[in-house]
Amino acid sequence: MTITVKFFASLREQLEKSEVKLDSVNALTVAQVWTQACDEVPLPSHVLMAVNMAYVDQHTVVQDGDEVAFFPPVTGG
Amino acid sequence: MFNPNTLSPAKTLTLPIDAATTLATARVLIIGVGGLGCAVAHDLALAGVGCLVLVDFDTVDLSNLQRQLLHDVSQIGQPKVLSAQRALQQLAPTVNILPIAQHLTEKELLEEVAAADVVLDCSDNFATRFMLNAACVQQRTPLISGASIEFGGQVASFALNTADAPCYHCLYPDEAEEAATTCTQNGVLAPLVGIIGSLQATEAVKVLLNIGTPLYARLLLFDALTARWRVVNLVKDPACPVCQHTGTNSPF
Repeated sequence: MTITVKFFASLREQLEKSEVKLDSVNALTVAQVWTQACDEVPLPSHVLMAVNMAYVDQHTVVQDGDEVAFFPPVTGG
Repeated sequence: MFNPNTLSPAKTLTLPIDAATTLATARVLIIGVGGLGCAVAHDLALAGVGCLVLVDFDTVDLSNLQRQLLHDVSQIGQPKVLSAQRALQQLAPTVNILPIAQHLTEKELLEEVAAADVVLDCSDNFATRFMLNAACVQQRTPLISGASIEFGGQVASFALNTADAPCYHCLYPDEAEEAATTCTQNGVLAPLVGIIGSLQATEAVKVLLNIGTPLYARLLLFDALTARWRVVNLVKDPACPVCQHTGTNSPF
């Protein structure tokens, strides 16, 4: 299956990539999608995530063709 | 000669008279009078909202002035709420500004939230955001949350006056606090706070007038560097420690 992974705002700047295509034969959770897309770096606890533009947690299992988006927490006022 | 009637909300907004009256009799609570809070208070005062309660314990610093548009050099060292009140009264003399230049206790916050028709979170830290969200959940007051840092901003509205609405804590778990960055530490693109604050003010007017489709259960993300907007749909977290007992199956 193919998953599209997108990184937004400061995550895109820190990781120096905005989009990655992942191919996998195994079922993946969102946390595993992050790890594979980020060279085995574990998912930080504070990162927010969405699958197909719906907010999810890291244990959500993704499907073929899904778009997984990661975005940073923002609190500045 | 200056005539405040020429600035009446009905004329500037061309709203139906009942909508203008609704705004003129509304009471709005704004937590934080920094970049977002200045933009929100400015826009809501000019939109004709009758009463703005401003809460911020901080004082004006020179470093604030590039983005906190109600403050100026003459107000450095003054409480931000008094500086904002001074500026707002020049812009909109008929608006009732209630400044509170201190931290509110939980009890005081609950009272202010209960008295408000809508609450705007313009604060700069998760501790305040979580405390304010809990108060809004408890008092069932709609909450409009805005945040911005560096080149990114977020806005979401929470229909906490209805059952089954997600709350801010459904979106941000407690761990978010560990990653907190502030405008003071990381900086923020100055016009970005105006964009996000004006969006919050727009949401507040919609909620007060019960028009359109507010950003309820939606998080709007803006990336200034790419000039792209994105919406993430939110759902109520059934395990949320703050709002899990407020659903339709609970003794709301």
